[in-house]
Amino acid sequence: MLGWGVEFLWAEMNRLLSLLFHQGVLDEQFLQLQQLQDESSPNFVSEVITIYFHESEKLLRNLRLLLMDRELSDYKKMEIHLNQMMGSSSSIGAKRVCNVCVAFRAASEQNNHAGCLRALELLEHEYCYLKNKLHELFQIEQQRALASGARYPAHQN
Amino acid sequence: MASPSTRIDDGRDVDSDNSGPMREKLSVLIVDDELLVRKVHERLVSKLEVAKQVQTQTATNGKEALDLHLSGSSFDIILVDLQMPIMDGTEELRAMGVESMIVGVTSVDAGADKEAFMEAGLDECLAKPLTADKIKSLVETLEKNK
Repeated sequence: MLGWGVEFLWAEMNRLLSLLFHQGVLDEQFLQLQQLQDESSPNFVSEVITIYFHESEKLLRNLRLLLMDRELSDYKKMEIHLNQMMGSSSSIGAKRVCNVCVAFRAASEQNNHAGCLRALELLEHEYCYLKNKLHELFQIEQQRALASGARYPAHQN
Repeated sequence: MASPSTRIDDGRDVDSDNSGPMREKLSVLIVDDELLVRKVHERLVSKLEVAKQVQTQTATNGKEALDLHLSGSSFDIILVDLQMPIMDGTEELRAMGVESMIVGVTSVDAGADKEAFMEAGLDECLAKPLTADKIKSLVETLEKNK
């Protein structure tokens, strides 16, 4: 029963990952990130993603603040924040977030306030979707790890 | 501001492939203002099987990188984020006579500015995200230029 649970959870993880790849939410860089995790650094992926969430939310708040004042929008500062968001997003394979950052930066380079606002809303939407899906992935992974750990004590002859 | 950190991974005694003996040591400095990028790049470099001993250090801006060199540290490869708000340090490092391979890493399309970056002293310019293959290619260039 527990063995079935582990296999089911593996299948769920793979299904979710396939979906995220198919939707273009993640790209192969996420797989590179997973390959960097091993026994010497068993929580590497979750550590990196936690940093990503923390830093991205700071950047999104800063971008919203910069756009609140229509008259004095600091486009140079916006580009700095966007470059940071692009750098970290590309490093974890967050492809759709990255693509929206590119469009956002284009609007910023043209000092297009309305375009920047639209891009920010889309960026917030994409980020929220990514965050929810990654949380789902980590929950399944945690359940799988627990189920794997629970299985072994039952194998006593 | 993060302090420079050092990680040393003890090497494996195996040749990486049939192309010749593995180099003894590779030291890489990662200069980026973002914690996530420093962490990922440091791990990426550390896991490469391109040397018996792989040593990494990080710095959050060009000034820290310069301070490391002034304190006597030297590196085979310096990976520098070209979009840092504080100086990236490329020109200053070259002015100091640093012979490391300096590689600019950019999250924007560097096409138009690549020439300017190279003139500032870069040996190579790569787009994020960095991958194991991109870094291995740098090490191969390093070996060829020995």
